[in-house]
Amino acid sequence: MGELRLMKGNEALAEAVIRAGVDGYFGYPITPQSEVIEYLTAEKPEERTGMVVLQAESEIASINMLYGGGGTGKKVMTSSSSPGISLMQEGLSYIASAEIPIVLVNVVRGGPGLGDIQPAQSDYFQSTKGGGHGDYRLIVLGPSSVQEMSDFVPLAFDLAFKYRNPVMILSDGAIGQMMEKVELFEPIPRLTDKEIIERYPWATNGKPKGGERRILTSLDLDPAKMERHNWHLQKKYKEIEENEVRFEAINTEDADYVIVAYGSSARISQKAIQLLREKGIKTGLLRLITLWPFPYKQIEALVGQGIKGFLSVEMSAGQMVEDVRLAVNGKVKVEHFGRYGGMVHSPEEVMEALEQKIIGG
Amino acid sequence: MSEITIKDIIKSGKVVYQKTKLMTDTALSYCPGCGHGTAHRLIMEVIEELGLENDTIGIAPVGCSVLAYEFMDVDMQEAAHGRAPALATAIKRLWPKKTVFTYQGDGDLAAIGTAETIHACNRGEKIVIIFINNGIYGMTGGQMAPTTLIGMKTSTTPYGREVSKMGNPLKITELIAQLPGTYYVTRQAVHSPSAARKAKRAIKKAFQNQLDDKPGLSFVEVVSNCNSGWKMTPLYSNEWMVENMFPFYPIGDIKVGGELVK
Repeated sequence: MGELRLMKGNEALAEAVIRAGVDGYFGYPITPQSEVIEYLTAEKPEERTGMVVLQAESEIASINMLYGGGGTGKKVMTSSSSPGISLMQEGLSYIASAEIPIVLVNVVRGGPGLGDIQPAQSDYFQSTKGGGHGDYRLIVLGPSSVQEMSDFVPLAFDLAFKYRNPVMILSDGAIGQMMEKVELFEPIPRLTDKEIIERYPWATNGKPKGGERRILTSLDLDPAKMERHNWHLQKKYKEIEENEVRFEAINTEDADYVIVAYGSSARISQKAIQLLREKGIKTGLLRLITLWPFPYKQIEALVGQGIKGFLSVEMSAGQMVEDVRLAVNGKVKVEHFGRYGGMVHSPEEVMEALEQKIIGG
Repeated sequence: MSEITIKDIIKSGKVVYQKTKLMTDTALSYCPGCGHGTAHRLIMEVIEELGLENDTIGIAPVGCSVLAYEFMDVDMQEAAHGRAPALATAIKRLWPKKTVFTYQGDGDLAAIGTAETIHACNRGEKIVIIFINNGIYGMTGGQMAPTTLIGMKTSTTPYGREVSKMGNPLKITELIAQLPGTYYVTRQAVHSPSAARKAKRAIKKAFQNQLDDKPGLSFVEVVSNCNSGWKMTPLYSNEWMVENMFPFYPIGDIKVGGELVK
């Protein structure tokens, strides 16, 4: 068993960044995730692992530092919260097109605009549908515990490098700020420069002797070539959709109703299904781990299994519910419930919503 | 009779000059008469002469030189508009022994990327920035740049730049020279053989500073023409540049060895 510690989600994430053999963290402070860069600067990772930590002048600079650093084959990441992530969308679009593996974390807060600093899940559309301009996707992981804030860091890098695609850990202010027991994984050594050069022939870290130069770009002025590049990206996204859907099905086997949720909402919903079962209402929980790729087929299978209704529980005005509806395709009832703008629902509210909107409605 | 090839005309014994092998054979996308091609060549000659072919990462901007990576035969990344210094910062921090440079125009470096420029300079990133200032947005069709001179006509200042409406041209090079993070700041031109030779010496000094791990950023502005955007012949545009651009953007070293030139 690994080392156990009581940590905030943001701190567990930061410790995981050092342990995951990350080469560089570039970030800009924003509540509720400033602990990440504070932890990293205090821990002196340059001494622990040789990792670079830099406070950038803006989120625009941070994400472009990731373009540069990730483009050389190094493991680089950033973290921010909703308004800062909005500023990164330009860079993410370029990174996705140039196929640069990077990891970013969004500890979501209430919006729109400056909003507030309380937890929210209202960046689902932005995260899972692209966010910036053009046809592209991020792989999006939704941690629902401090443990997963740690565990998803190496997973995110594995996926980023496997597919040469940006990966987002979509957390929220509650998961970032709350303290829980976390089992830390054994440190993964950073790759040496030589290993990076051998492993990633696409990386721009100096033209190989006697070889061809490497170019990382998102530009092709020939529309036919640009379409071909898009086909290549879409083929990759299809492969990710086939292979990387991750979720946890809790008490769905005998259920009549299923709540679909992720992150903090999944934690709250887990209590709600317990309360519902105490009342004799057989409810299960589909806790999403990957938000993109989304488990359309798995939800379709639940419909086939005889589920009578789905409640999408999210701290937003109803974003993920659109994907649940696409999966269910009108066969049974799908409704949304959630508080938003920084408000968090209680298990009782979720229970009542299921009773009223799905069973009673 | 067989076709006459270039090899029949240019015999090895007669070669007095050839382009650096670090410029690709791809035809330049620049208008005939533009200074970009010369600036490219000087940089690539310097990289070849310093033996940095396999240890250099260049960052191309958005603007006329967006395709710089098609012409420069080293590893290259193409940045979003204005963000090149951020990319370069991370690359240099992660690969401190590699040579990293950005190539940026006036809109890229002094308008949309002002924050990235100033902060990379202020942090004293040990990189080289090559800044091409032609006082106009060439690629998008000749609109006003931050460096457009007062009274200069562009497609968005059709009656000439008015200070009351559009503010003053930005002397970003003088501005960043004030920052302790810059080690070498110079302004050059490439419109004549002698100017190009001086510019090459400046570019070489900038790259040598990085090789020598000098404390700070080396910044080379190249005041250049844009005969298409300025709507002049190439020759006249250079004369116009000497008469109008140079008085406002004087050629010469501004900061050497971390000290402002008096």
